[in-house]
Amino acid sequence: MAVPVAFFALFFAYPVVAIVGRGLKAGGDWQFGRIGTVLSRPDILDVLWFTTWQALASTALTLLIALPGAYVFARFDFPGKQVLRAVVTVPFVLPTVVVGTAFLALLGRGGFLDELWGVRLDTTVWAILLAHVFFNYAVVVRTVGGLWSQLDPRQEEAARVLGAGRFAAWRRVTLPALAPAVAAAALMVFLFTFTSFGVVQILGGPAYSTLEVEIYRQTAQLLDLPTAAVLTLVQFAAVGGILAVHAWTVRRRETALRLVDPAQTARPPRGAGQRALLGGVLLTVLLLILLPLGVLVERSFDTSGGYGLAFYRALQSVDANGSTFLVPPLDAIGNSLRYALVATLIALVVGGLAAAALTRRAGRLVRGFDALLMLPLGVSAVTVGFGFLITLDEPPLDLRTSWILVPLAQALVGVPFVVRTMLPVLRAVDDRLREAAAVLGASPLRAWREVDLPLVRRAVLVAAGFAFAVSLGEFGATVFIARPDNPTLPVAVARLLGRSGELNYGQAMALSTILMLVCAVSLLLLERIRTDRSGEF
Amino acid sequence: MNTTTKYAATALAAALGVTVLAGCGGSDDKASGDTGAGSKTVTLVSHDSFNASDAVLKAFTKETGYQVKVLKSGDAGAALNQEILTKGSPRGDVFFGVDNTLLSRALDNGLFTPYEAKGLDRVEADTQLDADHRVTPVDTGDICVNYDKKYFADKKLDPPKSFDDLLKPAYKNLLVTENAATSSPGLGFLLGTVATYGETGYQDYWKKLKDNGVKTVDGWEQAYNEEFSGSAGGKKAKADRPLVVSYASSPPVEVLYADPRPTEAPTGVATGTCFRQIEFAGLLDGARNEAGGKALLDFLISKQFQEDMPLNMFVNPVAKDAKLPELFTKFGASVDKPATVDPEKIAKNREQWVQSWSSLVVK
Repeated sequence: MAVPVAFFALFFAYPVVAIVGRGLKAGGDWQFGRIGTVLSRPDILDVLWFTTWQALASTALTLLIALPGAYVFARFDFPGKQVLRAVVTVPFVLPTVVVGTAFLALLGRGGFLDELWGVRLDTTVWAILLAHVFFNYAVVVRTVGGLWSQLDPRQEEAARVLGAGRFAAWRRVTLPALAPAVAAAALMVFLFTFTSFGVVQILGGPAYSTLEVEIYRQTAQLLDLPTAAVLTLVQFAAVGGILAVHAWTVRRRETALRLVDPAQTARPPRGAGQRALLGGVLLTVLLLILLPLGVLVERSFDTSGGYGLAFYRALQSVDANGSTFLVPPLDAIGNSLRYALVATLIALVVGGLAAAALTRRAGRLVRGFDALLMLPLGVSAVTVGFGFLITLDEPPLDLRTSWILVPLAQALVGVPFVVRTMLPVLRAVDDRLREAAAVLGASPLRAWREVDLPLVRRAVLVAAGFAFAVSLGEFGATVFIARPDNPTLPVAVARLLGRSGELNYGQAMALSTILMLVCAVSLLLLERIRTDRSGEF
Repeated sequence: MNTTTKYAATALAAALGVTVLAGCGGSDDKASGDTGAGSKTVTLVSHDSFNASDAVLKAFTKETGYQVKVLKSGDAGAALNQEILTKGSPRGDVFFGVDNTLLSRALDNGLFTPYEAKGLDRVEADTQLDADHRVTPVDTGDICVNYDKKYFADKKLDPPKSFDDLLKPAYKNLLVTENAATSSPGLGFLLGTVATYGETGYQDYWKKLKDNGVKTVDGWEQAYNEEFSGSAGGKKAKADRPLVVSYASSPPVEVLYADPRPTEAPTGVATGTCFRQIEFAGLLDGARNEAGGKALLDFLISKQFQEDMPLNMFVNPVAKDAKLPELFTKFGASVDKPATVDPEKIAKNREQWVQSWSSLVVK
């Protein structure tokens, strides 16, 4: 427990507290009066109001669209299911700079809706809501669908034999078992949409701003640290509240449900109704997820001389006319992979130890720590990035110009995924096995190696895969600290998009496509080694 | 061990191996990045748009013995704010990339140590805005409305030339601009209107511009790549706005990054709508390698660096003896009378101008 606590204290709590403190202190005195001043500004209240209602609307819409998907992925067998499960997760780990561009192409002028019905949704709140569904579809499918696939269908059948109608049986048997998972998924979606940054910035235009966007604007653009600090505290309180409720629903879900192997519950769809449902879900996935991703791929091949590989070839060379980077853009892939691997390793060690500690001990304090580990998902990257800058500046921890900052920042977002994946599996390990090993003379280390390790190995790999994919796509914090001689893929994409000219734009699309492929491949590998109970993701 | 676990174990082992390798690469890096006093490394902190060709940086090393290490951190505003936060114990020796719209913020925070760079007499006088030499001008760039040549040729319509023109009914619903609160070209365009119509008249101008259908998006990337019909990205996105707020150097960039290169730039510049940005560099207060930093400042205004700059950052040199590349003279626009606003005046009113702009145009 000491390692994860130290890690979070040093690389998360200390920087965040320092930057917030900088904003709220004037001449050594705390100025808590500033909180009231900022919170009574009408423009800030507008932001708070918009942040909340768009998150509520996004969550409702995501549940509406993704729950049928969760059912289909849980209960039906159909060709290509594994691949599709991986593909719907790709948006979740893609950087928003990339996706925002693709989504604009779909909903904006000349986009799909425009061509069909002349409807344009860019810079409307609908674009934001749909993009949020796009990003969070996988959260619902994986969280709810994961549990659904393990519920024994015979229980519902039994209820029907006893005379319950189809709906009544579902409502009385399946729904109560599923409810905590739905609540957990809804809360995660709410958390992600409440703290939405890139989507709102790109698709919302200047008229819409979430708390996270406003924190970025106040910190990075205006250097109005007091306002930023107050907003950070507000977001902190909101996120803390969401996480507390989330932890509570998760605990409820862990209470005894008789679970079965998902392989037994899925079967090919039967009858017109089920086939129509499957068709509907596949169509949704096609329109909502594959189409935006497809637009990126299409544009990466669309050179002025017809379709070709020119943009991909350009990635290999340092620009002869002037170097956007000091290295060829293709090197960004190598950098990204190296950073992500280091980040994964850190996340595994920290998250693994935290999960182990949480399994062994119980009590209010430990549960609080559990929720605390999720906080980095809800704290703005700019706060962490600027916090790093003002805290990690003295020997022996003068890391401000060190390469290690990037994997450290990425590990912060990776750890929650590791913990959430490992925790249920570790908790499921029967303590009596360890005791038996100890009785037979095994040292604690040996007992861990012989008992725990074989049982959790697959969970570790799944956790590693997720941490890896999330690190790969991390953009917010990385952009502040990535060095120019080794940009990561998302940073390289953003820089290329920041320049005019066909080659730059095309290279950005090509790099995005590569990033997407790397993410998709690592997620596909995950599908193959998924454990029977792979936790929440 | 079944095949899946075997595969997984191999993958994990491979991952660990690569991680160790990455770690080694990193530590090598760290050894060479030593920045202590008397060090042979000089560190330049800048924004994401900074670029210099390898040959020029090597020439500097050959000339002075100092190796340049570059740290980029976000856009111009974010990069400057990070410097202000780390004031007194800076990450580098020289900061490049504070422009006239933010200059006062940098100077008021005492970010720089005065140093009169060698060769300053060759630099355009009207770019030297700080008499104390806390900052050295390095480049200028003009923020102007760009137009899609093909659109106006097809419509047999003359492209607009001035701020006034943009209000004409012929150009209704054609212009896209950036959010002045979050984007530096957006702010530049707003300042251009303030310079032209005065501190009260600009509001009236924007009211009329809004009535004439100006569209505002958040950043330059969206405006230029997604909304502007003249850019390569915009063509793919089937963009429908033939007028965009961008830079006077955007047309040459469209030519440079096209394959095959066209004989004429696809876009043009409305030269009567320009606001001039001047970018400065300065020696950071508390720099560990002061001598190296001074040498680097001298180098930034040397003929060699100044001539390398246009094709790397798409800005204009400030040194009078620096020749512009042919790409610029052939495809670029020369702006005779760009609008300017005094940096101190900008510092005093920026917030208020942007806020009233926001309530007029965005909300």
